Amino acid sequence: MTDSQPGTGNAPLLDVIDVHKRFGKLEVLRGITMPVAHGEVVAILGPSGSGKSTLLRCINHLEKIDGGRILFEGKLVGYREVDGKLKEEREGSIARMRAQMGMVFQRFNLFPHLTALGNVMEAPVQVLGKSRDEARETAVATLTRVGLASKLHVYPAQLSGGQQQRVAIARALAMNPKLMLFDEATSALDPELVGEVLAVMRDLAAEGMTMLAVTHEMGFAREAAHRVVFMDEGVIQEEAPPAEFFGAPKTERARNFLRRVTQT
Amino acid sequence: MTFLAVDWGYIGEHLFSDIVFEGVWMTLRLTATAMFFGVVLGTAFALMRLARAWPVKAVGLAYIWFFRGTPLIVQIVFWFFALPQVWPEWAPWNGQMSPFTTGVFALAINEGAYMTEIMRAGIQSVDTGQMEAAKSLGMTYPKAMRRIILPQALRVVIPPTGNEFIALLKNSSLVSVISVSELFLVAKLQYSSSLLYFEWLIIASLWYLALTTVGSIIQAWIESRYGAGSYGSGAGGGGVARRWLGMGVRD
Repeated sequence: MTDSQPGTGNAPLLDVIDVHKRFGKLEVLRGITMPVAHGEVVAILGPSGSGKSTLLRCINHLEKIDGGRILFEGKLVGYREVDGKLKEEREGSIARMRAQMGMVFQRFNLFPHLTALGNVMEAPVQVLGKSRDEARETAVATLTRVGLASKLHVYPAQLSGGQQQRVAIARALAMNPKLMLFDEATSALDPELVGEVLAVMRDLAAEGMTMLAVTHEMGFAREAAHRVVFMDEGVIQEEAPPAEFFGAPKTERARNFLRRVTQT
Repeated sequence: MTFLAVDWGYIGEHLFSDIVFEGVWMTLRLTATAMFFGVVLGTAFALMRLARAWPVKAVGLAYIWFFRGTPLIVQIVFWFFALPQVWPEWAPWNGQMSPFTTGVFALAINEGAYMTEIMRAGIQSVDTGQMEAAKSLGMTYPKAMRRIILPQALRVVIPPTGNEFIALLKNSSLVSVISVSELFLVAKLQYSSSLLYFEWLIIASLWYLALTTVGSIIQAWIESRYGAGSYGSGAGGGGVARRWLGMGVRD
């Protein structure tokens, strides 16, 4: 369903072209170019402060960009072009584009006033205009898929971190997104809970979901990703298939980074 | 029966008289209506205060500055006596506003200024990640506000709003200056003719105490139902506001 839309041909699903982003005087993204194909799983690695999370937030237009272009299915994300200049899009059309991308946050950001089921049903009903019955059916199926069939009527406060993050993944999946963005999805979890979330992410990758995952989990990057993108100081320093990146990193920065993360 | 030269029997006779009931009923109507519009105004101006565009923000700030910074009794007299004198057609329906309508108007606008700050604090107490998550799911700002942010702000907003309600219940006595016959004006007219000041102030105060007590009980009930504690305890049930805000909808 997501593959081979008419007109797109072999064009990438997501195209990040020379993106710049500044916070005040600090330039956190200094020209990022990164096409992502349909069905591709990309792991974005790098030391903290390298701009990985900012990049993901720009793709979802939670942050504005100061230069470059981001294209999703060939259409500009968050902007329209007027006489060669970018003008921010109207809210409604930004929202429609976001509805096609799922995003999973480091701190889950579940809606605490809704049950697990309520969290997953909310956007399909409110954004896609589905009936409650239809949304409930999808939500139950999606929560079952992430292993939470027994927690439908439980509020987030009564779930473990790993369970909360799986609800958050189900919430994003219920929108039937074409692309999933994971922003350090396991970084806020207790070590023993990381596995259950990674397992869900691995399943998704195996099912052919297009994924962009900012992560510190080298195992996930090595085994589930098709491509590793290594960022430092707002620049992509190196990108390669995982075997190549982990086996023979080309840059000194990547070697240093890998030495540090594998030591622990 | 006399004690301290107070006619206790007189109090007992008049405590539940028709004129007193009418005054109590008027006080309740004034307070409830003004509170309702005060909350609506407060929410609207809180959103303006939180807006990004500075002119919008400035309007919100100016509103609070003016209506919180001048005495309520001055505002009441202004709307009823002063403004019509210089601008007779000011009422949108081009007629004179009744004392009751003007009273509600004055109380609501004043209350709105206080509620603005309460609503703003409530909205700001919600984690910014909630808005981001809502937006990432394709919600627009108004939808995210209504479905995700405001229901969570409600928990924080309920206790100070209860305080406001009780304050308003008592402040509603100020509209007696524009001859709205609420509880205090009823008492005032009675002690003026009977000269039984003490008795009539006791009658009025007993009723104010009864109303504020009931108000506190309702507040505690609302808090236990929607507010304090963790989500998931005691949730359930319906209600229009609840369903509209998406709280505890049965799923």
